[in-house]
Amino acid sequence: MKLTLLWSDILIWSLFVVVVVWGAWLARVEQVRGIWHRIFRSAVAMASATILLFYLLVALLDSVHFRLAVASSDAQATRHYHAQMQTPLDRLLLHTIEQSERTYSAPFATQEYTRSIVVDPTGKTTQRYLPLVHVGSGEDIVSRSLIALLWGLGIAGGMIGLHLLWGRGREATPLPWWSAYLTFGVLVVLMVWLYSLSHSYHVFGTDKVGGDIFYQSLKSIRTGVLIGVLTTLIMLPLALILGVSAGLFGGWVDDAIQYLYTTLSSIPSVLLIAGGVLVMGVMMDNNPQWFETTQERSDLRLLFLVGILGLTSWTGLCRLIRAETLKLSQLDFVTAAKAFGVGRWGIMRRHIIPNLMHIILISVVLDFSGLVLTEALLSYVGVGVDPTMYSWGNMINQARLEMAQEPMVWWSLLCAFVFMFLLVLSANLFSDRVQKVLDPRNKV
Amino acid sequence: MIGYIIRRILYAIPILIGVNLITFILFFMINSPDDMARAQLGAKQVTPELIASWKAERGYDRPLFFNETVEGIAQVGDTLFVQESLKLFLFEFGLSDSHRDIGADIQRRMAPSLAIALPTFLIALLTNISLALLLVLFRGSVFDTTMMVVAVMIMSISGLFYIIIGQLLLSKLWHWVPISGYQSGWEGVKFVLLPILIGVVAGIGSGVRWYRSIFLEQIHQDYIRTARAKGLSELRVLFWHLLPNGMLPILTGVVVVIPSLFMGSLVMESFFGIPGLGSYTIDAINAQDFAIVKAMVFLGSVLYIVGLILTDISYTLFDPRVSLS
Repeated sequence: MKLTLLWSDILIWSLFVVVVVWGAWLARVEQVRGIWHRIFRSAVAMASATILLFYLLVALLDSVHFRLAVASSDAQATRHYHAQMQTPLDRLLLHTIEQSERTYSAPFATQEYTRSIVVDPTGKTTQRYLPLVHVGSGEDIVSRSLIALLWGLGIAGGMIGLHLLWGRGREATPLPWWSAYLTFGVLVVLMVWLYSLSHSYHVFGTDKVGGDIFYQSLKSIRTGVLIGVLTTLIMLPLALILGVSAGLFGGWVDDAIQYLYTTLSSIPSVLLIAGGVLVMGVMMDNNPQWFETTQERSDLRLLFLVGILGLTSWTGLCRLIRAETLKLSQLDFVTAAKAFGVGRWGIMRRHIIPNLMHIILISVVLDFSGLVLTEALLSYVGVGVDPTMYSWGNMINQARLEMAQEPMVWWSLLCAFVFMFLLVLSANLFSDRVQKVLDPRNKV
Repeated sequence: MIGYIIRRILYAIPILIGVNLITFILFFMINSPDDMARAQLGAKQVTPELIASWKAERGYDRPLFFNETVEGIAQVGDTLFVQESLKLFLFEFGLSDSHRDIGADIQRRMAPSLAIALPTFLIALLTNISLALLLVLFRGSVFDTTMMVVAVMIMSISGLFYIIIGQLLLSKLWHWVPISGYQSGWEGVKFVLLPILIGVVAGIGSGVRWYRSIFLEQIHQDYIRTARAKGLSELRVLFWHLLPNGMLPILTGVVVVIPSLFMGSLVMESFFGIPGLGSYTIDAINAQDFAIVKAMVFLGSVLYIVGLILTDISYTLFDPRVSLS
C-alpha cells in the first residue's frame, strides 16, 4: 500500500488539525467556553452539530487516498501499484463498487428497471425484465433488516452509554444531550441498516451504467464539504487582512481596498466564476504536465474551483469587517491602548481581531451552506467540479435527463436531494443559533 | 441633484475600468490570444501562420498594455487593452464565435428575460413583505416559529429541485402548463407562469426571514410604542407606522437588483427554454464563447453600478434626513 495524498486531502486534514488545536487552545478561555456552552444549550444546535460532524467524518474518511500493491507471486520483484486510488471509504464500500449492474434498477429491486430484448436458444425474441446479478432473492430483506436494526441499536446504545458514563456530573448546567443522542442514534441505525443491506441489495438503486447510488451519494459528501470548507480557507484571510487594514489604516489603503471590492462585487458572481473556470479549463488543457492521473486532474480542477470561489466571495465579509473595525477603532479601549504606546500590530491582534470573531464565525457557517448549494448550481451551468467526480451537482445534472424518461428514474435525484438537504439544513440551523447567541443586536 | 448624479456616474468609470482589467486579465493574459486561436482553429492543423492570421483578423495582434512600435499617446492607445475597453465602453460587443452580432442578440433577448424576471421580482416582493408582516403580527406564537422553521427548510433546498419538481408536477403529471418554450405577446403567458411561480417559491424562505428581521428591528423603536400608546390598533400600527419606516432598509436591498433583472436568470431560462439573456450566457459558457461571456460580464457590472446609483437617489426621495452632497 502506498499513500498518495491529493492536494485537497492535505489541505482538508491540515485545516482540521489546525481547527482542533486552535479550538483546544481557545477552550482554556472562560468566555469562549461560555459562548459555546450558550450555543449548544439549544436542542436544535445539538442535533444539527451531530449531523454536521457525521458529514465531516465521512469527508475526512474519504480524504486519505492510497494505492494498493498489485498482488505478485514473486517476492523479489519490484512492487507495482494499482493506478486507481482508493480511500478508507472506498474500502468500506468495496462491495458496492464491485457489484455493479448493467443498467438502471430501483432501490431494493431484484430485477432491472426496464425490459430488455432477450433471444432464447430457439431463436424467439422476448421482452422481459432481466434479474439483477448481485442481489439476494428479495425475501430476506425483513429478516436482515431486523438483524441490522439490532446491531445499530446496540452500537448506538453502547456509544451513548459510554459517553454517559464518561460525562456524568462533569457539567454544571447540563446541555440538551438527549437531542444529540437521538440524532446520533437515528443516524447510526440508518447507516448500519443501509450498510448491511448494501451487501446484497442496491439500497438506493443503480444509475444508467449500473453504478450504485448509495456509494455515489456518500462519495459526493467529500466534494460538498470540501468546497464549503476550503473556500472559507481562502476567503477568510483575504477578507480579514484587507478589511482590518482598510478600517484601521484609512487613507489611501482604505480607498484602494474599497475600490478593489466594489469592482469585484460589481461583476455578477456566477459570470465571474464561469469566466474563471473557463479560463482555467483552457489553462489545464494547455498544461497537461500538471497532473498524472485523471483523479489528480479532477482534484486540481476542484482546487481551482475552490480558489475561484474564494477569490469571488470575500467581498461581502470584507465590507462587514471594515465597517466593524472602523467602529471598534473609535472606542475608548483602542484609544487607551494607543495612548499606552501599543503599536498598530498589537492593537490589531489584541483589540480588533478578537472583537471581530462573532462576525467571522457567523459568516463562515452561513457561507458554508451557500457554497454547497452553489456547487450544485455551477455543475448544472457546466462550470462546476469535474464531470468524472462524484458530486450532488453532477447527480442532479444527470437526473434531469432521467426524469424525462418513461418510466421515470427518480431515486438518483431523491438521494442527492436528501443528502444535500440534510447538510444544508443543519448548517443553516446551526448558523441561526450561532447568530442568535453572538449577534449583539439580538440581545433586546 | 443632477450634479450629484453626474458625479456618481463619473465615479463609476474607474470601477468599470477595473472590471475591464479583470476580464482582460482573465481572457487575454491567462488565456492568451494564441491559446484562443488554437482552441478555435482546432489543435491538429495549427501552424504559426494560421494563428497569426486569426489574430490579425480580430485585431488581437497588438501588444497587451504598451506598444513600443509607435510614437506618443498611441504607445498606450494602440494596445489590446485600450482597444478592447473602448469597444466595451461604447457597447460595441463585436461578433460572437458563430459570427453573430452580440449587441443585436442582447437587445433582442432582453424582452424574454424581463418577461420572467420582472413579474417574479414584483410578486416575490409583495408576497414576502405581506408574509413577513403577518409573522410580525403573530410574533412569538406557534404560527411564527413554525413558519420560521419552514422558511429555513425552503432556504435549504437547491433551486434546481424547485425547477425539476415544478416541471414534473405541474407540466408532466397535471398538464397545467407547457413544460418549456416561449412566445411573445399574450399567448405566451402560459409559458411564463411556471417559471414565475418557481422563482417566487424558491426565494420565499430567505425573503420572508430578511423582511421579518427588518420589521422586528423596528418594532422596539419608540415611535411604535407611541403609536400603540395612542390607542391605535395593532394592524394600523403595522401598516401606517412600521411599514413605511421599514421601507428604508428594504430599499437598500431591493433597488440595487432592479437593473440586474435585465440579465435574466441563468438556470431558470435554460430549463424552460426561454430565449433570454440568461440562457444566452449559459449557452455561451457551454460553447466557451469568450466574446459573449466578456460582454455579459461588462453589461452585468454596468447594471449593478446603475443599481447602486438608483439606491442613493431613492434614499433622497424617501428619506428626508438624507441629502445628496
